[in-house]
Amino acid sequence: MSRFKKGGDKETPAVSTASLPDIIFMLLFFFMVTTVMRETELLVKVNPTSAKEVSKLEKKSLVSFIYIGEPVQGKLGTNTRIQLNDTFGTVDDISDFIAVEKEARDEADRKFLTTSLKVDKDTKMGIVTDVKQELRKVGAFKINYSVTEQRED
Amino acid sequence: MARKTPEFNASSMADIAFLLLIFFLVTTTMDVTTGINRKLPPPPDPSVKPPDIKDRNIMNILVSKSDRLLVNGKPGQLENLKEDVIKFMTPHFPDDPAFPEVKEETIDLIGTVYKSRGIISLKNDRGTSYDMYIQVQDNIAQAFTQLKDELSDKKFGRKYADLNEDEAKAINAAVPVPVSEAEPEDVGTK
Repeated sequence: MSRFKKGGDKETPAVSTASLPDIIFMLLFFFMVTTVMRETELLVKVNPTSAKEVSKLEKKSLVSFIYIGEPVQGKLGTNTRIQLNDTFGTVDDISDFIAVEKEARDEADRKFLTTSLKVDKDTKMGIVTDVKQELRKVGAFKINYSVTEQRED
Repeated sequence: MARKTPEFNASSMADIAFLLLIFFLVTTTMDVTTGINRKLPPPPDPSVKPPDIKDRNIMNILVSKSDRLLVNGKPGQLENLKEDVIKFMTPHFPDDPAFPEVKEETIDLIGTVYKSRGIISLKNDRGTSYDMYIQVQDNIAQAFTQLKDELSDKKFGRKYADLNEDEAKAINAAVPVPVSEAEPEDVGTK
């Protein structure tokens, strides 16, 4: 007789998966917090540039986006295009676009509407200047150049 | 005695969580939410004559179509731009003709300060790349942040970012950010 049983046909116990849901939920919450819902399908390539002196974009609901860059689809050429909402637009469409965006907001919030320019870094300033001039004309003075934060090295 | 409730089978919980996770992975994006905030000037009023500004009060920065800098007519380097702007915008007293004029102003909380009358005029070509333009804007912004930090350190012993609202307002009044973007015009397209 011995105090320690010699293992006969003992199997290794299965790994408990009870904590698996918790791990997955943790991942899920992480992604829910760090990401945002995709609002529009991007039709232009936007590779943002970076800068050191950046600030966070506040009140996301009061921001309208203008994307400027090369079309994603190669067959549309490589000319820089402007994307407003889900379609390509021209500089002349911007006044309508801003009017619609203003209309969609509360009256009190309208003057806080910010236009965020998401511009590809290889874009020439000509088209950006045109867009800015148009925004000045329609009274959308608050703009935000969307750039990523550059880490100090 | 209460009957023991049977433990429910949680093995499918992981699957449900996975499903949700994958749904969020697909429908969301890591978006860029940082940027440089700027305010555009209202369209120029043709009936109002632009104010006359003395030459010594203006620092002209021109970005050419090949992304080269021209600072006050002389070729400049992006690396030195920040220092140049700081040097230009630091108030000099007594009056030094090589630098912009200064004016004395009394501001709440910080008392009498000398304020530079300098203006930075930024002009770019239609062919300038957006990347370069942002770098120039960024360097100018960094210069002003440093100037604000210096003054706030002198007056309050803290960085500008750590100031409360009233103190920040006082510093903003003492260090204006007079960056003017010139009306676009073609400067050497061809």
